[in-house]
Order: sequence, then C-alpha cells, then structure tokens
Amino acid sequence: MSTVQRDMSLTGQPPKSLNGLQKVATVLGLSGLMIILLAGFNLNFPNKGLWLTISLVALTAGIILFAKATYANTQEGIKNDGVWFKSISSRGFWAWIAGLSLTGFYIILYFFPQFLGLRSEGANTGIIALFDPLSRLLSGNQASQWFVYGTLYTVAIFAFGVKFIWKYRHNRYEKLRTISVMFFQTAFAFLIPEFMARLNSESFNLPYYDLKNIWPLNYYNFEQYRVDSFISSGDVGLALLIFGVISIFVITPILTYKYGKRWYCSWVCGCGGLAETAGDSFRHLSDKSEFAWKVERWVIHSVLVFVIVMTTAVISTYLGYDSEKYWLTKDVFLIGVAVFLALLFGVIWFFKKEELKQDARYGAIGYLVIVLSFIVIHYASGSKLFFFEAETLRKSYGFLIGAVFSGVIGTGFYPIFGSRVWCRFGCPMAAILGLQQRLFSKFRITTNGGQCISCGNCSTYCEMGIDVRAYAQKGENIVRASCVGCGICSAVCPRGVLKLENGPLENRIQGNEILLGNDVDLMKYVNNN
Amino acid sequence: MEHIVIIGNGISGVTVARHIRKRSNKRITIISAETDYFFSRTALMYIYMGHMKYEHTKPYEDSFWKKNRIDLKKGFVSEVKPKDKKIIFNDGEEMAFDKLIIAVGSKSNKFGWPGQDLEGVRGLYAFQDLEYLEQFAPNKTVCKKAVIVGGGLIGIELAEMLSTRKIPVTFLVRESSFWNGVLPKGESEMLNRHIKSHHIDLRLSSNLKEIVSDENGKAKAVIVEETGEEIPCDFVGLTAGVTPNIDFLKSSEIELGRGVKVNRYLETNFDDIYAIGDCAEQYQPIGNRRAIEAVWYTGRMMGETVAQTICGTKTEYKPGHWFNSAKFFDIEYQTYGWVNSERNKKENEIHFHWKHKDDTKCITVATDRDSGAFLGINTFGIRMKHEIFDRWLTEEKSTDYVMQHLSKANFDPEFYATFENEILSAYTNQFQTISS
Repeated sequence: MSTVQRDMSLTGQPPKSLNGLQKVATVLGLSGLMIILLAGFNLNFPNKGLWLTISLVALTAGIILFAKATYANTQEGIKNDGVWFKSISSRGFWAWIAGLSLTGFYIILYFFPQFLGLRSEGANTGIIALFDPLSRLLSGNQASQWFVYGTLYTVAIFAFGVKFIWKYRHNRYEKLRTISVMFFQTAFAFLIPEFMARLNSESFNLPYYDLKNIWPLNYYNFEQYRVDSFISSGDVGLALLIFGVISIFVITPILTYKYGKRWYCSWVCGCGGLAETAGDSFRHLSDKSEFAWKVERWVIHSVLVFVIVMTTAVISTYLGYDSEKYWLTKDVFLIGVAVFLALLFGVIWFFKKEELKQDARYGAIGYLVIVLSFIVIHYASGSKLFFFEAETLRKSYGFLIGAVFSGVIGTGFYPIFGSRVWCRFGCPMAAILGLQQRLFSKFRITTNGGQCISCGNCSTYCEMGIDVRAYAQKGENIVRASCVGCGICSAVCPRGVLKLENGPLENRIQGNEILLGNDVDLMKYVNNN
Repeated sequence: MEHIVIIGNGISGVTVARHIRKRSNKRITIISAETDYFFSRTALMYIYMGHMKYEHTKPYEDSFWKKNRIDLKKGFVSEVKPKDKKIIFNDGEEMAFDKLIIAVGSKSNKFGWPGQDLEGVRGLYAFQDLEYLEQFAPNKTVCKKAVIVGGGLIGIELAEMLSTRKIPVTFLVRESSFWNGVLPKGESEMLNRHIKSHHIDLRLSSNLKEIVSDENGKAKAVIVEETGEEIPCDFVGLTAGVTPNIDFLKSSEIELGRGVKVNRYLETNFDDIYAIGDCAEQYQPIGNRRAIEAVWYTGRMMGETVAQTICGTKTEYKPGHWFNSAKFFDIEYQTYGWVNSERNKKENEIHFHWKHKDDTKCITVATDRDSGAFLGINTFGIRMKHEIFDRWLTEEKSTDYVMQHLSKANFDPEFYATFENEILSAYTNQFQTISS
C-alpha cells in the first residue's frame, strides 16, 4: 500500500506515539536494566542486595507502569491498535535491536557465562555476583548464570503477565491462564527448586528439579547424575523420580485427553509462559504459510525422534555400566522401549490411520523404522555404541536443541519470527502433546455457523501460525496438533465465531461443515464436493 | 471449454469461482479493477488501525489461484454486450464469455449534497478508499478534524478507525438515535452512550446540508442542516449506506433497478448472465429480507448457489433464517431471526429487553404476541450460537422455551460470567401474565 509518510516528528503519531507516563515507565524500566548492565561491566556495587532489589523492582515497576499507561485509561476490549505500525512489533529497527540483544544475551548465557561473571574458582563477579544475595537468601548457595537467568525469566513472566492481564482484562480465560503461568513459574520453576536445594546434605542430594518441567522438554531429567541423585535421596528422591516418569506417561495423557495440550502449553509451561507474556507483543509475527506448516511438521517430529533416541541411548548406557546398581538392565530397557514404541505406533495406526495425511503416514513409518533400527543395532552390537556415542548424542542435543533452538532462536528471535518459534518448530513435549491432541483429545475450537467474515484477525494473531480463518470461513472445527489453546483467536474475533471447547470425540474433526444460513439442499451439493 | 467470466473478486465472485472449480473443469476468469487478489473487505478497518496488514486480509495464499486454475485479470470493465457475449474493458480490450457473472458489489451512497465530490470527501468501501483515507487522514496533524455523515455500520467503523489515530470525529446521524431504523430503542441508546464514551462527538438528528470548499477545491467544513453550524474539518466520510456499483451496465440492456434485477435463480433477463452479491436485486424480496442484501454471507451463499446452477444443478437462492453480526467499538453484536426497530415492527411483535448494569451488554427478544412464538434475538456483548438459534427458529420454538434454554445457546469463551439466570428472572417478572 502506498502510504504517504508526512509525519516528520521523531516519536510518531498515535497510535504509535508514547504518552508521558509511558516515557517515565520506559526510563524506570531501563534504569533497572542499566544496573544489571553496569554490574556486567564489573562495576562493583557496594551493597549488592540493595542494588539488586532496586534493579529488579525498577524493572518490574517500569513494565507494569508502562502497561498502566497503555491500558488503564482505555475501555475493556481488544488492544491491537498500531501493532503493525510500531517499530518494535512490526520487525522494525527496535525489533532488530531487541532481537539482537536477546540473542546476544542467550549466546553469552549458554556459551560464555564467564562474561556474566561466572568463575570456576572463588567468588562470582559481575552480574552473577549481583545476584548472589538473592540466591543465598533462597538456597543458601551463591548464584550461577542459571540463577540469574531464572530470576530475570520469572520477573519477565510476572511483570509482562500483569501487562497481559491488563490488556485482556475483559477476558476471564486469558486472565486465569496468565495467573496460572505466573504461579507455576514463580513457585515451581523458581522458588521450590531453590528451597529444595536447601534440604540437600551429604546424604540427601536432590538435583535441581522444576516439577512441571516434564521430559522430553526437560531432556536431561533421566541422565545418570540426576537419577543417581534421586535414588540416593531416599523415598523423597524416589518419589520425585517416579513423578517424573508418570508426568509424561500418566498425567500428561489424561489431562491432554480432557483439555487438549493447552493445560500444559499455555497454563503451566515456562516456555509457553514467557511466550504468552513477554512474547505477546510479537505473537502476530508467526509465519502463516502452508510451507511453514509443512516445515513445522517435519522439524518438530524430527526433534521428538532425536530426543527419544538420545534419551534411550543415554539411559541404556548407564544401565549398561552398572548392572548392579539399577534393577532395570540395559536389555530389558531397550526391549521395553522398542515394544512400547511399536505398540504405540500400532494403536495409532489401527485406530487413527484414516486421520493421518499421506506425509504423516510416511513420516510415522519412517521414524518408527529409524528408532527401532537404532535400538536393534545397539542391542545387537552389544557395545556402548548406539550407532553414535550416547554422550555425543546427548551433547549435540543439548547444544543444538537445548541451547541454540530453544534459547537463542526460540526466544532471541521473538521480535522477528514471533513468540512461539520454539514451541511450534522445536519442542518435543509439544510434539507429543500435539500428536495426542490431534488424535485422542476432547479439545477443539468450534466455529459459529455462518458468522465468519474472513477478516483474518484470528490467523494474524495466532502465535502458532495456524490459518484459523481457513477453517472458520468453512464452518469447520479447528483440531490442530500445534494449537496451544491460548484463546487469542477467539478473543480478537469481531464476530464471535470461535470458541475453545472440550466436547465429545464424535465428529470432532469434521465438525459441522454446514455453513448455516443456506438452504439445506444446497449445502448437500456443496458438501458433496 | 466453456468460459465463465466473473466481474468482481469479492466474496461473491470468488465463492462462485471456487465452487465452479470444485465441480467442473470450466475455464474461469475473475476480473477486478480493485486489487490483484481477493481480500476481505470487512477487514479494511483493521489495516488502518494497524491490527493487520493488507496481506493478512487475503483469505487465500497468492498461489491458490494458479493451483486451482482460476485466472485473475486486473482491469476495469466499461461495457457488457450480452448479445455478442463479450465484455469490453476501458482500454478497449474485449473478452468473450459463455457465461457471465456480475459480482461487482457496491459503492458509497451520495445523495446530491453540495460539495460531495470535493477533495477530502470519500466513502469507505473499496481498497482505494482506504488509500484515500491514508492520504487525507493519516494522522491528527494532517487531519485536525473529521466529520462522518451517516450512522450505519460503516460510519461507526470509520469513527473507530479515525479515533485510533486520535483524530477528533464529529459523527452526523440523521436518526434521533444511532441505527434506530434497525435496532430497538434500548440497544440503540446504549450504543449512543458507548459511542460518546469513545470521545466521538455524536450529533443525532443531524443532516448534512453542505460541504464547504477551500480555495483549492478541498473540503474545509461541513454545514449542519438543522442548526446551520459550520464544522471545520479536513476529511469528510460519507457513510450513508451503499448502492450497487452498476453504472457500467446502463447501456447493456440488462434489466436494472437499483441493482441488477435477478430472479430466484439469480438469473438476469439474459440467458447465461447472472448477478450475485451486493449488486443483485431480487424482483421480489425473499421473506423479510431486503431486495438488495449487502451482507458478507449472502454474497457467499449466492456464489455457492449460482455455481451449482452453472455446473448443471439448477438451484434456487433460498437463504435460511436471517442472521448477522457486527462490532460497535468494543461491543459485539449478533442477531438471529427478526427483531425490528420500533419504527418497523408490526403490531404483533413484542419485545423483551434486558440490559446489564455495566451498560455494555444487553439482549432483545422478539415474540409474536398472539402465538408466543420466538421471532428473533439481538445480543450485545454476549456471543450466541448460530446453530442453536437456527434450529429453534426452524422448529418454531416459543420464546418461553428459548428463554428457559438460553444457556444452551451461549458461545462466550470459557469462564465468562453468564447472565442467563438474571435474564430469565427478568423475563419471568416482565411476562408472568403471558407465560402463566
């Protein structure tokens, strides 16, 4: 569109321009960030506890004040004015600055923590040292880069969560699930593991465990050092280990059956929590093309296969090392995994084959063959080799998926690719939940007869890149593996067309294809084709 | 191979093309002078407000058309020659057709106001209108004030659009209350308050007398008929309804009224020429519907219907129960069946009205006084399920039944507060003499 840009003022016109209070809030928030940056440049603050408090309070207050300045004087309703005009939310200059800064932060966090002040020996310096007082207060230990990250992450979910609630204050579904992610992040991801660390002694040594962080998202949960720790910590440790196993094999299937993957992805998960709160301003940047959908299906399921092979290899390796220590032997474990996967595949194939598209069938068979042949090779060869060295697999997964994909790309590129890149393309947990949501769940988004006007708000604001409109304008239910049930499509719809629901399994996928309003005979012809 | 030519790439033209392609291998050409690809006209406002970009308003990817062998041609048809079975473009090019479907939509009404053709005066219907608006009202510096003339759905959308850029808006509405030719009093008055709460200068019972020109032929003010007040402005939005965009057919011998006259099969007076969507005018209105229906979904349904006919199954256009929806700033509106305004309702139509104390939600239910039958419902701020009301209307349920079962029809998101009990007790109080 040939928009004539006649405005020469620096801050722009409404709805782009900032109001007075927003400017104050920006200064406040940035001053909080500044303190952390100064610590990063090794400015040694005298009273670290005080300065850290000032910093975090300023950061939080700045974000919340900005939200107040943005929404408090508006009426309840959808607040997307100017989203595509503002530099930060339309891949403009500030978006690139933010993206590059975040990416840089993740690279330093994962690969160069020494720049944050991590010292292999002795006391921390820099930013990590600034966070020491808080860490000592919670766990009694000095801070690590992960503590710094966890604190900032929690602050972000909390402060931007308040912003999100303000923005969607007319929508109870949005408010409740945001309170939920704020709670799970603060309590489960941040505080409880720190308190658990306090319980540790020489005889009792629980690993850092965010209880809601379920394997395979928590891909390292069953590594040897953690399993050993769990086992060495008596009944509590054993209970936690068992909880980790039933989380994925029992709790997840039940809740996903009843509510869809949203119970996890947009009510509990920390990655989802950050995407929904801090990432909300970028949700519309997801790629909606069919091509992107195709890439998504292959990439996310490949990651799932990767994590299954990797985890199987890692576990079988340490089972193999020490058959005395674990009641499960390597042989039993490998055969068990193979039988489980084959059975799972068989059940899906038997009951749901018709619902799988051609490429999904090829993919499913291909992946099953790959996984089973790895297991067979490993079993037959009898060596420590799992085709690749298990340790190599683990390391490359941790580097490629755990760090680069979920962190650097997934979060660092929020302002460029949208907020759910990791959840959509990479997260193996989302892949498992998605398979179940598509095949065995009561969840769907229903559409409302003939009311859709194809405006495209739903598709635009879908963070997972689902072309919601394509279904809504046909009057079809939306049952997509990737849907995290954030509810924003329903919120932004100006005609009341979309509703997230849990309902009976019958006709869930096909839905009511009849676009109401038409004479019934005509619809028979239309639907026949 | 039979060549189907469709003039207009809006929802009607595109739907007919898609359904012909589903059922046949005919050659299909869609002609438009507006945009290269189909976009959702109803979303124009969201582009101006920055919610979406133009590309997001396209319901199909650009590759869709080639994949489905639907030819798109950009061009302006200036003449139709039914007897020669050809159309002529304004550059002189000709195109032959075997069947022609006219789906050219509407244009904004102009009622002969002095100054209506000045610069800075425009309706809001086509993509070019949006570009025009970006030129004359890009921000509150270039456009210090805008006046909107005509209180309907497009008028209130335009008011919302301009207000997102903080451009002060005066909204001239001919009626004594916003849209009260369509809405009952309680709803219309609630919307008056809502419009004002968004800082729109709403002037009811106010007609446009004249648009005043500056020395360059650009609008600089409007004069209000009733008061003679001159309101300075930089942009005037003409939103007093739309009318079929059929000037190019005047010499064609195709029978025209306000729109292209069609029978129930959407056929014009020439074999092989059809008209659908906003520009089609029924010889006899269908039920309580208007002869010309400028509504998104009726365009879609007419497209589906004609596609069946063209592919060999002659099909009558038979729209079912009336329904519609809109959004007035922050308040969503849905309607199922018929709820008439005080001005239009017949003697036997009685209303039950409930309004929430927050003044953003209300419903009105219309009942046949004699039979107690449910005639229709308007809801504001509460989403209702189309399927349920369609069924209840078909089954001719009583209003008592509808009110008892209202929660079944609720379509609000999960965890929303519900008001069915409150509504039912209000209804029982008001109508106890009738229902007992």
